[in-house]
Amino acid sequence: MSWIPAPVQELIDAALVTEMTVVRADDRPITYPLIPLWDGEKVLMTSSILFSRKLEHLKDNPRVALSFSDPLALGGRPGRATVQGDARVVDGDPHTDWEQVLPLWAAKEPVILQFLKARVAFPLFFERSVVEVTPRRVLFWPDGDATRPPEVTEGAG
Amino acid sequence: MDLRTGVAMFEPAEGLTRLVTFPFALLSYVGDDGYPVSAALDAEVDVETGTASFAPPAGLSVPLEREISLTGSHIRPRPGYGYDERRHVTVWGRAATVADGRLAMRATAAWGWDEASIPFPEYVERQVGQSRRYLARLSAELGRPVRPRLSLGWLTLRATRLPFLSATFIPVLVGLAIALLHFGPAFDLVAALLTLIGATAVHLGLNVANDVFDARLGADEKNVNPTQYSGGSRVIQYGLVSLRDMAFISIAMYAIAIGVGLVLLLTRFSLELLAIGAAGILLSFFYTAPPLKLVYRGLGEIVVGLGFGPIMLLGAYVVQSGGAVPLEPVIASIPIGLLVALILYVNEVPDRPADARAGKRTLPVRLSRPAVVNLYLGAALAAFAVIAVGVIVGVLPIPALVALLGLPLVRRVHEGLQRYYESPYGLMAIMAVNIRVHVVVGGLLLLAYVVVIALAALAPGVPLFLPDLLR
Repeated sequence: MSWIPAPVQELIDAALVTEMTVVRADDRPITYPLIPLWDGEKVLMTSSILFSRKLEHLKDNPRVALSFSDPLALGGRPGRATVQGDARVVDGDPHTDWEQVLPLWAAKEPVILQFLKARVAFPLFFERSVVEVTPRRVLFWPDGDATRPPEVTEGAG
Repeated sequence: MDLRTGVAMFEPAEGLTRLVTFPFALLSYVGDDGYPVSAALDAEVDVETGTASFAPPAGLSVPLEREISLTGSHIRPRPGYGYDERRHVTVWGRAATVADGRLAMRATAAWGWDEASIPFPEYVERQVGQSRRYLARLSAELGRPVRPRLSLGWLTLRATRLPFLSATFIPVLVGLAIALLHFGPAFDLVAALLTLIGATAVHLGLNVANDVFDARLGADEKNVNPTQYSGGSRVIQYGLVSLRDMAFISIAMYAIAIGVGLVLLLTRFSLELLAIGAAGILLSFFYTAPPLKLVYRGLGEIVVGLGFGPIMLLGAYVVQSGGAVPLEPVIASIPIGLLVALILYVNEVPDRPADARAGKRTLPVRLSRPAVVNLYLGAALAAFAVIAVGVIVGVLPIPALVALLGLPLVRRVHEGLQRYYESPYGLMAIMAVNIRVHVVVGGLLLLAYVVVIALAALAPGVPLFLPDLLR
């Protein structure tokens, strides 16, 4: 049972995209759009080795913020949330490790199964790492309005 | 814009210009506890002054001493499919308090991607260097080499460009069909199979050697718009097969081809066969190989037309004839050679910026856009004219006219070339149609000979050539 408020879990589950902000070596924030997958405890994402700069940043500094803020990508839901947490990059075997999240991924992007059948055409795209984010703190704006303070929920530990 | 490092950096003003097109901005900064913080807000962008201002989000403390960023991000959901219209931009700068408690950020740097301006396949291609760097780092971390993989079957298909073998099968099978028509019971089936194996080996050796030398000469590395039909197999650039292994595969293929050629020569010594075989192997090898590098000197289209037209077709015929070369196979080889040269020619259109950078003086590199399009039409029509004239003068059999059914495809390629000349990915469908022109015309020509062979056997009195019909 996750400590994350149910409305925020619903946003994560519904979101087609999240903006993941990581910290670069020069302490600048840098933001990448990714497909968030919710397994009920952690937010999972995958990244091709082609777009692996973010993974290098995460290995150097695992602290991240995931923003769920675009109503279009949230199925029209007005709420907005930011999930802060610690990321772990799973890339022991970029050829197969990510396949564990394929069912969750295909649920959000069904066409990926068609692309996967044509793997020979996109060999590097399907060499991927999994980014596993353990949430630590959640900022929630129920009506999406950041001129009002967010509801803050802290995770245990 | 600089994409060479794997990150699409651009001028701050460009970043702000893009940011203003998004319905809201995502403010991000690194909080005092070291975790990034993000909040969606409305930002007012002033490109003239290079700033973006916004009301600070309630309850959050935006740092003034550290860099912050504003991000615009958009996708269009497509239920049952996923999404499209991907674009995002991030602009960095430092915030300062201005009037009414608002904060203003002066933009200092920006990056982003918009698939409307850089198509996803090109974006992917530009990131190949980043993937290599990442795998090198991962290999060091894990203490073992980590490489991208494909199953052996897919890798073989990709590395050798197996689907292009139709360019070999068609001339060889047409040459063998004409030989079967001419020599009937004396036709040597084992020699025919050996011919097909040898020709296939030369073609695969050429494909792989082409990748090896293009990799060494830098042409494939410079190409960021490869397609399914152009830009090489990319297996070396992607790290799927090493340059050394590709060189070995190419040598092995040529060794098979030379071995088959020697067996055929020993069983039917023929100076014509020796000349055709040697020309085929030398032209295919020196297509990209130094010192000749024929394709780099603007001779690629001619070499391919000769190699996959007259040389393949006449070679297959001469194996059966023992040396005689009548006019019929010569005429039949011309349209096949022209149409296969046009496959290369059209496939070179999207490659021309990279080819020009690598010093590859292909026809599309040297000619203007109208000239390239008109030359395509002229050469394609000439191929069909040769078939028609060949039938009229009685060199080709009447059923060969069925090959003219491929003519409407030429119109589609011609129109597509005009429309998508500057769009590599728009041209992909046109390149597929252009390959079909060769396959359809060659296939119909082959079918015509099968019909002629059957009629000659079953109904010897039926006139198969126009002069016989008119007599």
